[in-house]
Amino acid sequence: MNKHFVEFNKVTKEFPRVIANDDVSFSIKKSSVHALLGENGAGKSTLVKVLYGLLAPDSGSISFNGNILNISSPSEARATGIGMVFQHFSLFESLTVRDNLILGIDKNISYNDLKNQLQDISSKYNLPLDLDAPITSLSAGEKQRVEIVRILLQDPQLLIMDEPTSVLTPQEVKNLFVTLNALVDEGRTILYITHKLEEVITLCDEVTIMRSGKVIDSCSTENQTAKSLATKMLGEKLEELKTDYSHIKNTKSLSAKNISCSFNDPFFTDLKDISFEVNVGEIYGIAGVAGNGQSELMDILVGENTLIDSGELIFNNINIESFNPQKRRDLSIAFVPENRLGHSAVPELTLSENILLSQFPKNKFSKNGILNHNFIDNHAKKVIDTFNVVTPGSDAKASSLSGGNLQKFVIGREISSKPKLLIISHPTWGIDAGAEHAIRESLIELSQNGTSIIVLSQDLDELIEITHRISVIFEGKLSEPFNTKDVDITKLGLLMGGKNE
Amino acid sequence: MNNFFPTIVTRSNSSQLMNILVPIIAVFLTLITGSIIFSIMGFNPFFALHTFFISPISTSYGISELLVKATPLALIAIGLAFCFKNNIYNIGAEGQLTMGAIFGGGIGIYFYDTNGFWLLPLMILGGAIGGALWGMIPALLKTKFNTNEILTSLMLVYVALLILDYLVVGPWKDPQGYSFPKTRQFSESGRMPLLFSGLRVHLGLIITLLLIFISWFIFSKTIFGFQLKVSGFSPLAARYAGFNQNTLVYLAFGICGAFAGIAGLSEVSGPIGLLYRDISPNYGFTAIIVTFLGRLHPVGIIFASLVIALTYLGAEDAQLFMQIPAAVGFVFQGLILFYLLGADILVNYKVVFKK
Repeated sequence: MNKHFVEFNKVTKEFPRVIANDDVSFSIKKSSVHALLGENGAGKSTLVKVLYGLLAPDSGSISFNGNILNISSPSEARATGIGMVFQHFSLFESLTVRDNLILGIDKNISYNDLKNQLQDISSKYNLPLDLDAPITSLSAGEKQRVEIVRILLQDPQLLIMDEPTSVLTPQEVKNLFVTLNALVDEGRTILYITHKLEEVITLCDEVTIMRSGKVIDSCSTENQTAKSLATKMLGEKLEELKTDYSHIKNTKSLSAKNISCSFNDPFFTDLKDISFEVNVGEIYGIAGVAGNGQSELMDILVGENTLIDSGELIFNNINIESFNPQKRRDLSIAFVPENRLGHSAVPELTLSENILLSQFPKNKFSKNGILNHNFIDNHAKKVIDTFNVVTPGSDAKASSLSGGNLQKFVIGREISSKPKLLIISHPTWGIDAGAEHAIRESLIELSQNGTSIIVLSQDLDELIEITHRISVIFEGKLSEPFNTKDVDITKLGLLMGGKNE
Repeated sequence: MNNFFPTIVTRSNSSQLMNILVPIIAVFLTLITGSIIFSIMGFNPFFALHTFFISPISTSYGISELLVKATPLALIAIGLAFCFKNNIYNIGAEGQLTMGAIFGGGIGIYFYDTNGFWLLPLMILGGAIGGALWGMIPALLKTKFNTNEILTSLMLVYVALLILDYLVVGPWKDPQGYSFPKTRQFSESGRMPLLFSGLRVHLGLIITLLLIFISWFIFSKTIFGFQLKVSGFSPLAARYAGFNQNTLVYLAFGICGAFAGIAGLSEVSGPIGLLYRDISPNYGFTAIIVTFLGRLHPVGIIFASLVIALTYLGAEDAQLFMQIPAAVGFVFQGLILFYLLGADILVNYKVVFKK
C-alpha cells in the first residue's frame, strides 16, 4: 500500500523578485495524512496551487497515482481526483447549503441522488448538515463541513486542506480530525497545510517542512516534537518570551463599563454588556474565534462607532465613548485595526502619506491645515529605520510592501507616538515569523515602559505569549479575565466554543 | 470550460509612465478614428482634420475663442476634481452652473441701470453661492438619506434649467424685449472686462487660473486635500483617521458647485451679457470628460480643457466649411472619453487568453 501516491519532482515556480518554489521534491504515501509545514511565505500555497492546476510550474513535474499530472485548471484537477478545501470559504452566503452544493459540483446531479449521496457521506464521515439552512446562519465549522462535503461528492483520491483549523474552535478541530481519519481509513490521501505544530504531531503521519521555497526536510512525524519541528520550520532559535507582571501599576488606564450595542444586521454581532478594565502597563488580551464581536468591539474602542446603546468608556477619568478617533488620539490613545490594506493604511498612498492617517498632538505634521512635508517625510523615515521596515523608501506605495513590513510600519507609526494606551487587533495576522517576533517584542517593551495595551486576537498562542490577562469573547459577550500566567488552555478553548462550565 | 473567452487580470505593477501617456494616446486614437469617420463620409481626412483642429486656432481671434470655451470647462473640471478625488460622482455641474448664472445674473438684472466697481464682484459672489447651494442639495440628500448622488445631481440639472426657463419667459423677461425669452442686458460694470480689445477672452480666464492654482495648493499641501484623497481611496481608512466624511461630502459638493456657479456667471456676464435659455452648450457635462482627461490634476485639466474646447470650435468650423452637423464635436468628445477609459483599463489590467 505504501507506494508513492503523489510525487513532486524538482518543481520550480518563480515570480518577479521571488522564487516561491525552488527545486521542490518529495513524495506522499497513499492513505496517509501528509503535513506541509512552513511559516507564511514559505511557498506552501504556491506549491499547492501548482498541484491543483491554478498555476503552471516553470520546471519540474508532479506525478499523481503513477501518471505525470498534466492539468491546467481546478476543474481538471477535480476530474483527475484531486480536491481542495480552501482556507477562505467560497460559499454563497445568502443561498442554502443545498444550493451551494449543487452549484459547487461540476457534474449534473439530481436532487434525489444528491440527497442519498449526502446521507451516505454525512453518516460515514461524521459530517452532519442541514440542507435547507442558509450559509449565513452557519458557524465557521459548519461552513467548512459544506466545503468538505462539496469536494467529497466528487469522490477525490487526494484531498488538500489549506489551514483548515484557523477558524475553528478546539472542539470543532477534534470533529474535523475524526472526519479526516475516517477518510484516510477508507484509502484516501490528505495533504494537510498548516503552521500549527501540535496538529502535525497529533494528526499527520508524515511531514514536509518548507522554508523560503525549499524543502528542508520530509520525514515521518514519529520521533518529532513540536520543538524539533519549530526549529526546522523557523531555521533559527527564537528566544523565549516571559510574562513579567512587575511593572504593572495599580491604576486604571481604560475601563469599559456595561457596553451594549445592537446592530439589527445578520452580518454583525450584537455586543452584550461588555465590561473590562486595563491597568497602566498591562497587556490585556481578548481571545475568541472570528465573528464573535471582535470587530464590532474594536470599532467602539477606536471610536469609529460611537453609537452604542448603553455603557461607558472611561480613559484616565474622562468619558470617551462619544469621542471620534482623532479626539481619542489627542488623549494619547493609538490604534491598529485588523486590516492593513484600506483600513490602517491606504495602499495607493506612499508611506509618508500613510503617516498622516494618525496624527498625534505632538507630531506637528501640519500648521493651520497646511502640511509640513519635510516633517512628515522625516518621521516616515524614522519609523522605517526604527522598526526595520524593508522598503525602497518613504515614497514607496504602501501596496508595494509585504504584509509583515506594512504591519511593522503601521505599528511603528502608532508606537512612535509613545501612546498611553494602544488598542491593537490581530497584530501578527498573516505575516512571517520574523516580523511576528519583532512585533510581539516591541509590544512587550512598550508595556514595560508604561503603555497599556489591549490585544484582540484569534491566535491563542500569541495572546498567551504576550498578555498579562486574557478574557474570551463569544457571541458578543466577554468572559471574566484570567491571569495569563496560570490560565488553563482547555478552559479558554471551551469558552471560545461557547461552553462555560 | 470557458477557455474560449479571455479573462481580465490585474497587472501587478501598472506603469507610472503609461498613466501619464494615456490621455495623449487617447487623443491620438481619436484623431485616427475621426479621420476614418471623415473618409467614410467622403471627405479627405487631412482636409477634415485640418478644418477641425488646425484652422480654428490659426488666428489670434481663434485662440481667443479657444480660451473663451476652455475657461468654463477648466473651472468646472477643477471643481469636479474635488468631488471625484473623494469618489463623489457629481454629474450635476450643468445645474450648478445654471444656478450660479441665475443667482449672479439675477443681481446683474436687478442693478441693470446701476454702475459701480462693486457690481461684478457681487455678481461673482452670487454665482458662487447659487452654485454651491445647488450642489449642497445632493450632498444633503446623500448624507441624510444615503441617496445616490449620481441620480440626484443629474435630476437637479433639469430642475435648474426649468427654473431658468421660467424666469426668462416670466418674471425676469426683458420688458422691451418683444417677448423674446431673454432678460435685460447687464450694465457695463456687470460685465467681465475683456483682456484684449477686439477679442472676447475675458477676466474669467484670470479667475479660472487663480482658482486652479488655489486648488493645486489645496490638493497637494493641505490636510483637507489629503482628507479628500484618503476618503476617496478608502472610506474605512478615513473613518479610522477620524475624518468627518459628511463634512467632506458637503465641502466637495460646495466647492464644485461654487466653481461651476462662477463658471456660469462668467459665461453670462462675459460673452453673453444677459440671461436666456441656452447659456451653456453642456459645459457642465463636457467638463466631466475634461476632469478625467486631465487625470484630476490641475495642470492636466488645463491642457484637457484646451483639447476639448477645440472640439467645440472645430465642430463650428466643420459645420460652416464642410456642411456637416456640429454634433460631430460631441462624437469627438465621446471618442476621447471612450479611448481614455479603454486605455485606462489596459494600463491597469491585462487580457489573458487561455490555451
